[in-house]
Amino acid sequence: MTQRLTGIAASPGIAVARAVVLASEEYVPVRKAVTQPELETARLHDAIREARAGIERIRDATEQKLGAEKAAIFEGHLLILEDPDLIETTESMIREQSVNAEYALHVTAQSFIEALTALEDESLRERAADVRDVCGRIIGILSGKPKRDLSLLTEECVVVAADLAPSDTAELNLDVVRGFVTEIGSRTSHSAIMARSLDIPAVVGAGPGIREVSDGMLVAVDAIEGVLLLDPSPDELAAIMQKKAAYEMRRAELRAWAERPSVSADGHRVEIAANIGQLEDVQKAIDNGAEAIGLFRTEFLYMGRDRLPTEEEQFQSYKYVLEKMAGKPVVIRTLDIGGDKELPYLGLPQESNPFLGRRALRFCLSRPDVFRPQLRALLRASRYGNLKIMFPMVAVLEELTEAKRLLEEEKQALVASGEQVADRIEVGIMIEIPSAAVSADLFAAEADFFSIGTNDLIQYTMAADRMNETVSYLYQPYHPSVLRLIRHVIDAAHAAGKWVGVCGEMAGDPTAIPLLLGLGLDEFSMSAGSILPARERIGSLHYDEWRTLSLQALSMRSSGDVQAFVQDRLEGRDEK
Amino acid sequence: MMTQTFTVANPAGFHVRPIKTFVQAASEFPCKINVICKGKKVNGKSSLSMLTLGIAAHDEVTLEIDGDREEEAMKTLGELLVKIHE
Repeated sequence: MTQRLTGIAASPGIAVARAVVLASEEYVPVRKAVTQPELETARLHDAIREARAGIERIRDATEQKLGAEKAAIFEGHLLILEDPDLIETTESMIREQSVNAEYALHVTAQSFIEALTALEDESLRERAADVRDVCGRIIGILSGKPKRDLSLLTEECVVVAADLAPSDTAELNLDVVRGFVTEIGSRTSHSAIMARSLDIPAVVGAGPGIREVSDGMLVAVDAIEGVLLLDPSPDELAAIMQKKAAYEMRRAELRAWAERPSVSADGHRVEIAANIGQLEDVQKAIDNGAEAIGLFRTEFLYMGRDRLPTEEEQFQSYKYVLEKMAGKPVVIRTLDIGGDKELPYLGLPQESNPFLGRRALRFCLSRPDVFRPQLRALLRASRYGNLKIMFPMVAVLEELTEAKRLLEEEKQALVASGEQVADRIEVGIMIEIPSAAVSADLFAAEADFFSIGTNDLIQYTMAADRMNETVSYLYQPYHPSVLRLIRHVIDAAHAAGKWVGVCGEMAGDPTAIPLLLGLGLDEFSMSAGSILPARERIGSLHYDEWRTLSLQALSMRSSGDVQAFVQDRLEGRDEK
Repeated sequence: MMTQTFTVANPAGFHVRPIKTFVQAASEFPCKINVICKGKKVNGKSSLSMLTLGIAAHDEVTLEIDGDREEEAMKTLGELLVKIHE
């Protein structure tokens, strides 16, 4: 009888194989009185030395398999081995209480494990697993029960365990281990992170139900849905094998696009960029083949805290992203606060209509004490990469000229004080207010580029709050009025020799992409996860054909008509 | 003895990798180095003890350094606290 368990899909994929169950015995050493504590101290150091050799071996193997970055965790383990507080506390316990080394180490390790487990930050709590792993290894050596060696598995299998220690995960023989399942853990557990870097399917946190699994039982791990099937029926097995084949094929297709340029089938080149909202996103953008950062939202620096970030903090963050992108363009948007994003520590007055209120650039221009430090931080960071500065929520030209004036003032002051600033920094604006879209030709003379924030542009064009369910039907990205505005913005920019991007959700929307391409959009900026499908789509489209089709769409009667038109055309092409 | 307070800028907090860098740098100095955060004081040369502080982004961290080359240690370690780490 099949059993179905659910857990957290920690590393996507599907695996079907016989189970290898790892016993979850944790050895707790017994307290023994000793007569010669100095002998115990010597045993402790011998065991530490032996453990070091073992960890170094795992580190080297991991480095070979996955590279230095993934092996760094074992560098951390080596650091635990020589941690002065851990060793000295253990030594003094051996000395003062005349107890055996394994017991003293166990007690000391336990106190660190408890302190770490009590922390709020999940990634820090996970460090308790490192201490358990390292100290478990030493205690195993001291007590003559060394750790099991997972590299010795020789049959194709799914590993099932209460939890996997980092060194366990690193030792998995990837030639035979198809996936793994753990009883406890989360997406950020070691085992989950390791599974993603090893690229093997894993479901973690599947709960005590997995204790039902016995060695040799057939297990299907669906790490897309986070589902386990224990002992699946032939029908279930056939279904999951089919799903596995489809998933793997699709994945290989998409991966191939990471290395390719963003070019339409008839050779029209565009740029696909990533939107990021925190520093961790940069790596994901790079991994997905982003050609630029098209929108770096700086709000994260200001939110979830009790005072403004310092200029230095901001500078460090901007520099980090610029360096990480290694010369590729990085569009950093100045503070877009207000609307639904509040900063309680500024004590701003409540507005009856915050989306139409003093938000973003309007706020920044009224508060130079907030705005100028950000501009300085941006200017100082400019020499570390290809920085482009973007102002949000511009309605009239005077706002842009004022912002540019402040920027220039800060630049002159920095240069005068001997600071290095990049010679040429492009300065652009978000197009999200209809006035700016309609008068794009006026702005094109003053801005180096435009990035259309379609989410707000649609909301302001339709005068409909998209969070308000009763009017959410008016959120119509394909409506001709939205498309006409976009076309006008693109044409106005191109007439002035400037480039245009879209950094709203439309940029990654499979239905909108052909229209935007046809209207001549230069840059598509989206969340990292959308990049590969978007690049694949663009690669399948003929720019010349969509230039005509997108103009046809502009004269249709409704969003629904446009959507159906695009769908029909796309499907027609697929049949060829 | 010197004390000085810094604000941690690293957005992911001051966790494994920054602590490793910090502890390695601290261990190069002969002086006594204490790290104080949220009312808890630990040995700045122990990565485990540093981890138990749970230092988050924007936390204020005080260094209390006593002994040979304390000024140099304060400068080096202070810079590590305010830096953005990978």
